[in-house]
Amino acid sequence: MSAVLLHGADEGGLRQRLRFGPLWLAAPGIAFLAVFFLYPVLRLLGLSVQDADTGAWTGEHYARIVDTGVYFRVLMGTFRIAGLTALFSLLLGYPLAYWLAQLPERKRGVMILAVMVPFWTSYLVKTFAWMVILGRTGVIGGILAAGGLPQPEMLHNEFGVMIGMVHAMLPLAVLTMLPVMTGIDRRLVQAAETLGAAPGHAFWLVYFQLSLPGIAAAGLLTFISSLGFFIVPALLGGPQQTMLAQLIIAQIQEMLNWAFAGALATFMLAAALVTCWVYDRIFGLSTLSGEGSRRKKGGGRMRRAGQGILSALAALTAMAARVTAPVLGERGRDRLPAVYSTLVLVFLVAPAIVVVPIAFTSSPFLDFPPPGYSLKWFEVYFGSDLWLGATLRSFGVAFATAILATLIAGLAALALARSTSRWRGAIFALFLAPMIVPRIVIAVGLFYLFAQIGLVATDLGLVIGHTVLALPFAFVAIAAVVKGHDWRLDQAAATLGANRVQTLMRVTVPLIRGGLVAAFLFAFITSFDELTVAIFVSGGVKTTLPKQMWDDMILQLNPTLAAVSVVVFLIVMALLLIAERLRRSGR
Amino acid sequence: MLPSHGTAPPACKLLVDGLTKSYGSVVALQPTRLEVPAGEFLTLLGPSGSGKTTLLQMICGLVEPNGGRILIDGRDETRTPVHKRDIGLVFQHYALFPHLTVAENIGFPLRMRGIPGADVDRRVREALEMVHLGHLGDRFPKELSGGQQQRVALARCFVYQPSVILMDEPLGALDKKLREHMQYEIKRLHRETGATIIYVTHDQEEALAMSDRICLMNHARIEQIGTPHDIYARPKTAFAADFIGVSNIFRGRLQRDEGGAPILVTGGGRFRLSPATATASAAAGQGEASLIVRPEQLDLDGEGDNEVSGQVVDTVYAGSETRVLVALGDQSTITVRLRRGMSPPPLGDHVAVRWRSDAGVLVS
Repeated sequence: MSAVLLHGADEGGLRQRLRFGPLWLAAPGIAFLAVFFLYPVLRLLGLSVQDADTGAWTGEHYARIVDTGVYFRVLMGTFRIAGLTALFSLLLGYPLAYWLAQLPERKRGVMILAVMVPFWTSYLVKTFAWMVILGRTGVIGGILAAGGLPQPEMLHNEFGVMIGMVHAMLPLAVLTMLPVMTGIDRRLVQAAETLGAAPGHAFWLVYFQLSLPGIAAAGLLTFISSLGFFIVPALLGGPQQTMLAQLIIAQIQEMLNWAFAGALATFMLAAALVTCWVYDRIFGLSTLSGEGSRRKKGGGRMRRAGQGILSALAALTAMAARVTAPVLGERGRDRLPAVYSTLVLVFLVAPAIVVVPIAFTSSPFLDFPPPGYSLKWFEVYFGSDLWLGATLRSFGVAFATAILATLIAGLAALALARSTSRWRGAIFALFLAPMIVPRIVIAVGLFYLFAQIGLVATDLGLVIGHTVLALPFAFVAIAAVVKGHDWRLDQAAATLGANRVQTLMRVTVPLIRGGLVAAFLFAFITSFDELTVAIFVSGGVKTTLPKQMWDDMILQLNPTLAAVSVVVFLIVMALLLIAERLRRSGR
Repeated sequence: MLPSHGTAPPACKLLVDGLTKSYGSVVALQPTRLEVPAGEFLTLLGPSGSGKTTLLQMICGLVEPNGGRILIDGRDETRTPVHKRDIGLVFQHYALFPHLTVAENIGFPLRMRGIPGADVDRRVREALEMVHLGHLGDRFPKELSGGQQQRVALARCFVYQPSVILMDEPLGALDKKLREHMQYEIKRLHRETGATIIYVTHDQEEALAMSDRICLMNHARIEQIGTPHDIYARPKTAFAADFIGVSNIFRGRLQRDEGGAPILVTGGGRFRLSPATATASAAAGQGEASLIVRPEQLDLDGEGDNEVSGQVVDTVYAGSETRVLVALGDQSTITVRLRRGMSPPPLGDHVAVRWRSDAGVLVS
């Protein structure tokens, strides 16, 4: 189409069109996000400073939060738990990511699956597994009781919440750090050693510094994701561990107090944005998508202090190596990273596996090990209209979401790949924003909008909501492949006589197919697992699978949940394996 | 051939003794002996997979050998960890630390050796002056051109005056013009510092231009070692002759003619060999041998007591000289350098190519 227009254009107009043209492909996505993401979130923030009856400006809701001890404590507690989660995820995840990064590519691919599976496993399934493991009659309790040991209380306290949160966030931390680490040129470490740096010095002064953007990105993403959590604290924590998102849900579901919920959401959003802003100041947000960090001039006092700290760490490492050398021996030292990484991978994968025997229990309770085995809980699941209906709805919604998200994200990724427009950065940020803004804020905002336009409890509402949440994942998956695409092939196609549409359909799309399929499947899984939007937008007979699981988990734990978890786990795992395979063959 | 076992003579900076490496069943380096005197510029030359990079990496300690020893100044350094070896390595892609400035990069090896800050600053400044980059100390490597990055890598290596400097195809990423310029720069640094340099390349012109000696490698072992002139004028094998410069190779059987003079019987004819040529060769007896004749030793329609005839198939103009490709009767093609002042013959012309019996080298 624009090719036809081009022929009539003069030299200046031609250049203008080429520069501006591709960006139009992002227009559907921009419009979609403007209506169903930006507007609802801003509207919610607006509600928080309005009087519910008169519509006049007011700060009373904020004053109430700060003045009421309970709310303020929850606010601080939320930041505390999110901060600790991010910290522990980094500390536990860094050595694992380091170990994965140095594996040969083939072996790394297999090992990464052990991180990908828990990453994409539903939070509900993971949390359910921890309830089984940490509960009174659970796995650990059973072992301790058998040994005649006292049983510490592991559920409904901070310990349970931290275990669940770190387990939920660790894969995200590792998967965020890993690309930065595999991108580090190992020859630089070799170079440091040939220049006289002992291994400890080479690590801290070269490798660690180069991996800092990955650490920061992982810290940012885990902190922001943790801020909006409610599944883990609601099911594994006690009243002391109540988090902000739980308060917001309660305000909407029990009081329908939009303004106050909006004020709470504002705090959460502000915290997320401030974190992002700090990150952007130091590293540049574009590093999140692997665009390479923006480098600042060196020489400052901060920089020198940092170098000093790292030198001290290097000296400490050398000392530790000397002290532990006689204990560990050379072989022990070489094996330490592999042993550690295996333990962390077991921590990541084991909970999902523990659920399997429970699903086949003959007992109506979640005893472990099960007293006997049967298929009755699967029979309950497959015999229940409620469960099957929810499953089918989730499938349908996920399928529609995946198509919509892949289409919108694909067009946007193509648009941005070759654009040099000054709007590029802003559009890029817009497409990643639903990943940064806490889901609960988006969900409440959408609920308010849908209530006005009659989309509550409709499948369309669910699809729209899930597409907003799935877009960043689909966008990143496609953008990664498009970034590696050789545009000279498209030029070649053009010189061989293909018009723009032919080039797109016959050259570009087949070559980025892997990214498109991965985007489709990631969007599918995002929707299939989604609870936050579903809590508000689905309901009654229009329930989705995660919503049905959530309701059951709140009301009464039962082995049917284990059976459902196994089914969900298998579906997600199958999709994930397909996505991985296609992504690799698409390279 | 082996001197007193254990200690090398003091003038020998680096001794590689029986060093060998294999990966599974693939032999990367057969047992190899190499002596490098102090101050020498030695080039390891060979096609890819010939073992030159393996040898280099074992000398600097990045790869552990399966057997053999490495002695630097007579000390056994075979098991010394990389960072404690007194060796400098200039990487193929420079391996400059992207998070450190140019000055910090160059100061890195000095700081690792615990040299006080003021001395570090002074020596970094001197090193920067030495490579003519005095004004760029505060830049980051990314902000420099390829040639400038190369200079930084050189400065970072020369600044701590290691016993031996290893260079792994350091100019491979530069374009031809810049590469020639950097060749002079490295030669100058070598002269000014008196460093012992081992230089890896697969570019024979670079090796001829820069080296005191060339160590030609092939199939994971040393093929021939000698001065550039030695290797060019007196190749010991057909591989050496073929790899360095352009060679015309005639394979045949070594025999005596009726008068007892040595001759080579080939598919293209019987060639007379001067007694010196025949006896200088290890293959002076009877049997298969190859006669190597360089293009400049051949003459088109000129003088000489050996002759082949053929048809001109191409002429190649290379500025300072013109080469004529002549197809012989047996489908092989030989390269002849056109005499100065002579105009190239038209394509398809039948010509006679002659050379003197004392030209060329006989190899087995």
